[in-house]
Amino acid sequence: MSIVTVQLGQCGNQIGYEVFNAICNDFHSTHGLCSKKENESYQEACKERFFSEEKTGVPVARAVLVDMEPKVISQTLSMAARSGHWKYDHQSHFCQKQGSGNNWANGYSVHGPRYRDVIMNLVQKEAEKCDRLSGFFTVMSMAGGTGSGMGAFVTQCLRDVFPTSFILNQVIWPYGTGEVIVQNYNSVLTLSHLYQSSDALLVHENDAIHKICAQLMNIKKISFRDVNQVIAHQLGSVFQPTYSSEGASQYSRSPLGDLMESLVPHPEFKMLGLRNIPQMSENSLAYSTFTWPGLIKHLRQMLIANAKMEEGINWQVRPPLPGHPVPPKASPNKALHFNTSIANLVVLRGKDVQSVDVGGFRDPALYTSWLNPQEAFNVWKTPRAFNKYEKSASLVSNSQFLLKLMDNIVGKAWNMFASKAYVHQYTKFGIEEEDFLDCFTTLEQVIASYASL
Amino acid sequence: MTQSVVVQVGQCGNQIGCRFWDLVLREHAAVNKKGIYDEALSSFFRNVDTRNGGDGADIHKGKIFSLKARALLIDMEEGVVNEILQGPLRDVFDSKQLITDVSGSGNNWAVGHKLYGYQYREHIVEKLRSTAEHCDCLQCFFVIHSMGGGTGSGLGTFVLNVLEDEFPEVYRFVTSVYPSGEDDVITSPYNSVLAMKELNEHADCVLPIENESLFSIVSKIHQMTNSGKLGSTVKQNSLLTSSAGSIKTEQEKPFDAMNNIVANLLLNLTSSARFEGSLNMDLNEISMNLVPFPRLHYLVSSLTPLYTLADVNVPSRRLDQMFSDAFSKDHQLIQADPKHSLYLACALLVRGNVQVSDLRRNIERLKPSLHFVSWNQEGWKTGLCSVPPVGHSHSLLALANNTCVKPTFTELKDRFMKLYKKKAHLHHYLHVDGMEQSCFSEAISSLSDLIEEYNQLDATKSAPRTYPSRLKIAM
Repeated sequence: MSIVTVQLGQCGNQIGYEVFNAICNDFHSTHGLCSKKENESYQEACKERFFSEEKTGVPVARAVLVDMEPKVISQTLSMAARSGHWKYDHQSHFCQKQGSGNNWANGYSVHGPRYRDVIMNLVQKEAEKCDRLSGFFTVMSMAGGTGSGMGAFVTQCLRDVFPTSFILNQVIWPYGTGEVIVQNYNSVLTLSHLYQSSDALLVHENDAIHKICAQLMNIKKISFRDVNQVIAHQLGSVFQPTYSSEGASQYSRSPLGDLMESLVPHPEFKMLGLRNIPQMSENSLAYSTFTWPGLIKHLRQMLIANAKMEEGINWQVRPPLPGHPVPPKASPNKALHFNTSIANLVVLRGKDVQSVDVGGFRDPALYTSWLNPQEAFNVWKTPRAFNKYEKSASLVSNSQFLLKLMDNIVGKAWNMFASKAYVHQYTKFGIEEEDFLDCFTTLEQVIASYASL
Repeated sequence: MTQSVVVQVGQCGNQIGCRFWDLVLREHAAVNKKGIYDEALSSFFRNVDTRNGGDGADIHKGKIFSLKARALLIDMEEGVVNEILQGPLRDVFDSKQLITDVSGSGNNWAVGHKLYGYQYREHIVEKLRSTAEHCDCLQCFFVIHSMGGGTGSGLGTFVLNVLEDEFPEVYRFVTSVYPSGEDDVITSPYNSVLAMKELNEHADCVLPIENESLFSIVSKIHQMTNSGKLGSTVKQNSLLTSSAGSIKTEQEKPFDAMNNIVANLLLNLTSSARFEGSLNMDLNEISMNLVPFPRLHYLVSSLTPLYTLADVNVPSRRLDQMFSDAFSKDHQLIQADPKHSLYLACALLVRGNVQVSDLRRNIERLKPSLHFVSWNQEGWKTGLCSVPPVGHSHSLLALANNTCVKPTFTELKDRFMKLYKKKAHLHHYLHVDGMEQSCFSEAISSLSDLIEEYNQLDATKSAPRTYPSRLKIAM
């Protein structure tokens, strides 16, 4: 089954390109470390999922590119074409001339409705190219105007037009210290609206990825391209083909469905975080070896302690012991705050993957009490190595990972809203103060729900 | 891609405008080696086939035939505009883009605004419409003028009104040159305050400029290039004040160096809209992020570096120096010290070989020494454009919405009151049809209100921070 990607705004298009590029590079990789038959199976599944065939034989990404100004899309299309290994369908894009001016209201209330039909036509066309549609994957930032505002509107339209398909929104959480001054408003508006129409929101934080580039990848002068490539690697490590159950003989046909089923048992809880280890520069790869027990142990502690990368993990944090009362969350020593999960998914790729012991993730102490720990945890595997990493482990988690982030961003937005600064820029395009209040209410609800786990 | 139209009014406006068109051609020539009319060029130029004489049809793609500036030149005396039309830029403008008269406005805002405004309104609207019709997607009008005289100040602000009436959806960015204390035009305070009211009400963003600041920057550059302190030679065409490499070949005029700085300001402001980059910053984004309340739209600008040394490898330290300089009071284009006042918002538009990590490192470094208003503690807007300006490997434009503009306005108000109390020269104004005493009182009132808004914000600087309590949710 296939996934149709919708790339929205500058960020969405820049990242979308890196994702397809990473997937395509992995597809062609000769470091698969598995049998020829396995590799062919993998490639088959990968192709069906992300690319359609064209007469020229060059795989065409299953994607729709949307932006309100032309420069980025034009660059993206030409970079893909130049690679020689894959390309976009040059009909499958929509752009305008003026951009959304970082204004969520402009993206949502003006551009969205105005261009709804054209864009949904493009999406329909891509959907029809698929033998079977697994669902939609949208890529967007929250800070700007198009990705955020128009992205929220398009997600709503996708929900209306494809009520039975899965929708996963990949959202980019902006740097804490501004890229855009009104980023907190735009983010609050985006999150609250996506919550109504999306099945799940998968979050990547610029600050966290930046640190990974600096400390793990050893990049001196970090560009957005570097950041986007790390994000693409992380996404690829989850969405490339896997066997999603023990003893499965075929690669999973329904990645988005499997993801939702594993991770989103309740519509109030849709925020997903992603961690991937190991992560390092290509030069260092050749000199490093990892063991599965080591990787699993680190990944588990990253989950428990809410660490963003494999360096600097706080090993003091422990899950509460059975029978003992859970320590108060607002404890003075915030560093020992334990990250409670609803559900977790671990994806393992590479050598000796069959022998991995993931028992540590089945510990009931990690989870809230609603789900049977057997149901709360899933693992997907493939012996086929990903992107030159001999062993790679990813964690997609529906937990309190994003609680602090959400609380911060709502706090800052609320602080600005109290002074009414910039609100006139939004009311100009039809988003009134009451709309803001509704969004704040929705998010405070989500925050309270996650905090009470 | 969007288009912008430049409306240059009065002597100062046209002289700056002239430098702008010269330097923008130089910039595009450096980037566009193949002579193809591309999207970037279309931002400020039309491509016209004039082979068969007259004003040919617009050509949208392919080779460049003849570039015509998207501009309107307005002056109530002919000297400056005539000079432009006889100079090396004559082919870039055509007669249809001019509105001139003979006798000037006598340094009288009322003559410029009420008399000539009324007289030329139809004309102005017609010419604006025709430039707008040549635009696929017109995004912004750039008005360039001075505040202290009669034409730029009076007629310039009249045109601003017309722009709002006729093209309400198009942004209005105004570059205004404010008079200094020792201005030789006695009535410049009257003209400036009367113009301020119009700017308060009808402009989206105003970039105030003061000649004293431009002059200090020119002196500084002069000093550095002539003192031999630099060791290696300075690249001539990198000077912020230089016309080197542009069409203009004759002797530089006295104001040219200063006007080049303002021209460079406009080039940098529009660079991300014209050229690609990893984080684009369009003009509508500038207005969105830097104007938290409609009337507080005065942006203090600074440009760095002022020049480049000829050696190619610029170590990181020099890059960081560029960021530090942008916040120093010596690099601001008005006499102001943003570091010691309160920031409402700040934008950094970086051009050239600079990446997001450089940007972040410098923001982290400089943030602690800057005061931001309580509701916008992380109020930074950033943009990365890949194409550097001519002669540089990188450059930075900082735009600050900062209470440091207040002294400029209070001084203006004081100078105004000094004259107004004695009713000095008032009769020259009241003579003009449509001009009344109430115009003066409304104007000074508008300025006072603006100053008061800044005062209130400044007061919050020392007040203890209180966080508004969040919404409580019943579980």
